Amino acid sequence: MGFILRRLGTYVLAFWASLTLNFMLPRVMPGDPVSRMVSRAQSRLEPDQIEQLRRLFGLDDRPVWEQYLSYLDNIAHGDFGVSISRFPTPVSEVIAGQIGWTILLGGTSLIVAVVIGNLLGIVAAWRRGGLVDSIFPPILIFVGSFPYFWLAMGALYLFGVTLGWFPINHAFSVGLVPEWSPAFVQDVLVHLFLPALTIVVVSIGGWMLGMRNTMISTTAEDYILMAEAKGLRPGRIMFRYATRNALLPSVTSLGLSLGFIVGGALLTEVVFAYPGVGYQLLSAVQGLDYPLMQGLFLTITAAVLVANFLVDIVYVRLDPRVRVS
Amino acid sequence: MALSTGGAAAPAVPAPDGPGASSPDALQEGSAAARRARGGRRLLAYLLRSRKALAGLVILLVFVATALLAPVVFPGDPMHITATGSLPPSAEHLLGTTAKGQDVLALTAWGARSSLLVGFVAGAASTLIGVVVGLLAAYAGRTTDSLLSLLTNVFLLIPSLPLLVILAAFLPSGIGTVVVVLIITGWAGSARVLRSQALSIRGKDFVAAAVVTGERPSRIMFREILPNMASIVMSGLLACIIGAIGAQAGIEFLGLGDGSTVSWGTNLYWASNDGALLSGAWWVFVPSGACIALVALALALVNYAVDEITNPRLRTPARRRSATDPTPVTAAATGPGAVTETGAAGSTKGTAR
Repeated sequence: MGFILRRLGTYVLAFWASLTLNFMLPRVMPGDPVSRMVSRAQSRLEPDQIEQLRRLFGLDDRPVWEQYLSYLDNIAHGDFGVSISRFPTPVSEVIAGQIGWTILLGGTSLIVAVVIGNLLGIVAAWRRGGLVDSIFPPILIFVGSFPYFWLAMGALYLFGVTLGWFPINHAFSVGLVPEWSPAFVQDVLVHLFLPALTIVVVSIGGWMLGMRNTMISTTAEDYILMAEAKGLRPGRIMFRYATRNALLPSVTSLGLSLGFIVGGALLTEVVFAYPGVGYQLLSAVQGLDYPLMQGLFLTITAAVLVANFLVDIVYVRLDPRVRVS
Repeated sequence: MALSTGGAAAPAVPAPDGPGASSPDALQEGSAAARRARGGRRLLAYLLRSRKALAGLVILLVFVATALLAPVVFPGDPMHITATGSLPPSAEHLLGTTAKGQDVLALTAWGARSSLLVGFVAGAASTLIGVVVGLLAAYAGRTTDSLLSLLTNVFLLIPSLPLLVILAAFLPSGIGTVVVVLIITGWAGSARVLRSQALSIRGKDFVAAAVVTGERPSRIMFREILPNMASIVMSGLLACIIGAIGAQAGIEFLGLGDGSTVSWGTNLYWASNDGALLSGAWWVFVPSGACIALVALALALVNYAVDEITNPRLRTPARRRSATDPTPVTAAATGPGAVTETGAAGSTKGTAR
């Protein structure tokens, strides 16, 4: 319980740090984001909306601590301000409409990469110098060196534009209405395949090599020797004895890699014009939509922190040593 | 680049009693320097013997040479429009031209300058901060350690791409901003790994001896502890550079870089903006991405070689071996101590990714 509480404290602190950073940035940085935004948005803004933006970015005359308190109050009510690029939709609505697609893309590719990567690592460590151990690591190191978004561009060009096997943008075909029908689900999966594939291909190598290295030291443990001496079936030793104990570092890196996966998913979405928050982030950058950028930053941070907390709970469940100490 | 010389000092001299026995005496100092130079040469010899490292170093050298020679081979502004747009590769333009009519080969060669410079500077600076924070936390312990570890964890937890985006969006745009932003998001990973390693060295007897003899804390941290974890600093540095080059390309691809500089990231941004993908102009976006990948691959190869030199268990055995084969009863068989050592190295590796 102490472990969980300590971690929870860290997460709360991390979120507070991001909140405060978010508050400070427009106030400390030189330049005037509001006038830049106003000139970009031209005449679409009403005078009182400009006034609201100025308040959001600290250009009012109240003392800083008062601004900070009202800022925290707004965030607590889910009020991130109004999006400029999608004026006059509130930022929270823009994000709510998009985040599902990002969770679908990021979640699917994360699960697939973790499962396949760890399985490959187990097999590679079990048969050192065997087929899997000699072929996959060099290839995966090589593929893992590519930037996510560049591999996505390559996949889009090759399989989407040239071969025409997969759709080249959006999450579902134009004209379809989102619903729980087999046809629609199939359409979504077809659109999901290429973006997810690029993330899986890039991230799988890290999982495989990490698992391989832990497995190698685990298989050298005495209890593995003991299991062999007892004459247990190799498959049983491999999964029930070695893998179970080698899994813990993988769970730890799962938490740490979440932020990385999110980054990869965001950039991949940009390439495929996949309608998640990453694509929204691009239009926010291009449209100088500061409220949307900040809202996305806070939302993504919160999501990653919550996911990390879930990983911690799983970790406590898996490793009794954490519960005791 | 002071770091790489520091990094070169050690993996080959792991003897923990060596530096601990030295005292701040001119004669001793000289022999320590000689030992370090010898260690550096030995590491280089090891690296050159490893095929992985050799391949990595050769690729890196080629790119550094390209970056240095770009102004000589391709004089003039690479952004200049010299031909008609979207020409496929030909004898005149070896890698074709962009939709605007710039020579892709010149853009790629010039891009190496900014990408490598930013990557190496940001990577080295974040490693430097990571070293200082990690050593300070491990050496000082108590409240300092708790505070620094908390700070490190907070920076590790905040997802870096969205953080990069809001920082780069609010800071005045320019190459300096990119470097600063990459350092802010990059230092925490190496600080965490280095702290745990420094913590285990902090508990060794020679550090206690140095404390008792009254050495200054800075000397203990940088002359006693640091040389003994140089291989981890080295792989942390390489990982930081890889991360910085990738992250730079990422934020430039989103259009948050300095639009006036040519780098691999901005090349990809323009390629995507000009619709190179949909018009089928593969030659516009392939070269820059391939360069990023090759540099990252080269650094990763050197990194794996450093790992294998310091941790022989990870070397791929010449002969296929199954985990269920009978254990060889020779001098090669390792004791339980070696096993825990590899376990620790494996897990630090995992967190470093």
